[in-house]
Amino acid sequence: MTTFEKALGLGDDALIAAQRLAEWCSRAPDMEEDIALANIALDQLGAARLLLTYAGELEGRGRGEDELAFLRDDREFRNVQLVELANGDFAVTMAKLLLLSVYQRLLYESLASSSDERLAGIAGKARKESAYHVDHASLWVVRLGDGTEESRRRMRTALDAVWPYSHELFEWYPELRAPWLSVIDEVLTEAGLARPADGWAPTGGRSGVHTEALSRLLADMQVLHRAHPGVTW
Amino acid sequence: MVTAADVVRAVPDPELRAVTIGDLGIVRAVDTDGSRVSVTITPTYSGCPAMDAIRADIASALREAGFSDISVNTVLSPAWSTDWITDAGRSKLAEAGIAPPGRTVSLTLTMRCPRCGSADTEELSRFGSTACKSLWRCRSCSEPFDAVKTL
Repeated sequence: MTTFEKALGLGDDALIAAQRLAEWCSRAPDMEEDIALANIALDQLGAARLLLTYAGELEGRGRGEDELAFLRDDREFRNVQLVELANGDFAVTMAKLLLLSVYQRLLYESLASSSDERLAGIAGKARKESAYHVDHASLWVVRLGDGTEESRRRMRTALDAVWPYSHELFEWYPELRAPWLSVIDEVLTEAGLARPADGWAPTGGRSGVHTEALSRLLADMQVLHRAHPGVTW
Repeated sequence: MVTAADVVRAVPDPELRAVTIGDLGIVRAVDTDGSRVSVTITPTYSGCPAMDAIRADIASALREAGFSDISVNTVLSPAWSTDWITDAGRSKLAEAGIAPPGRTVSLTLTMRCPRCGSADTEELSRFGSTACKSLWRCRSCSEPFDAVKTL
């Protein structure tokens, strides 16, 4: 049985990832990339809306997707910290996207055969979109890792910086880590990059403990709805 | 006689104007009971921003055709795939300069140029002007073109 907390956590992962990716809009290295990141953000937002709507129904207190997205404070968010981290440079964004999208692809793949039909429907839809996200992030990680000395240095630094946050992805789904590692290893090998060593593993996102980065993101994302509750275009 | 299903299937897609939502295969069911019509549609992509417009367009087309009690529901399962696009839809896309998608059973690695038919094309970006399209260029005639992504 899917719980409110779980639907909320998966929905928050997608929502916060969407918001971060959308920050690149008009700032990406080239126009094609601008469009690509906005498209991936849109896919994440689509999954987030479905998951948060479902979470609201499971909770049964009349909260819809908008209430959940715009009227909760940081401590009430259940996303992993990986998705809230600041975008950094382009390599950091691609490192985050690779770690997240490979996990989401495996997660949605497994949830697509869940006995919870509602969740299975959402996952069955999202898994096909995730495949494109994995492709996109992989291409960039390989291109940067196997590129110039500078791009390689940036890609390695980015991976080292975000790697600790990948552990939290598997708190709810430990069985996904082995298949996840094998996909990640394949990409890193092609990119000529070593897998960062496991060590420090920050945690807390699933119980509402977040980094300062989330508060800043929420301020941006929620200000309009909070200033003008229920406003529509 | 024009049925409610005919009316619904003839609604043009708001983003791919060359094809109808019937051509795209996103109409799952049209059930009528007297003047009541219940329509079931499915999104191409879960974040497709055209869904609200499509729902409104279906309702107004049905109202124009004389139906008053209209409901439009969305289902996700089974998930839409580009295989649901009809052959007529594929031809219309090609005529409008948008390369139709390959079949998901075969791995399509290249798109044919909808202008000159050449297979000597390159993908510029896997993501295009809408969620369902990618951006390509023909090396033979230099034409840049959109293609519906295989999903």
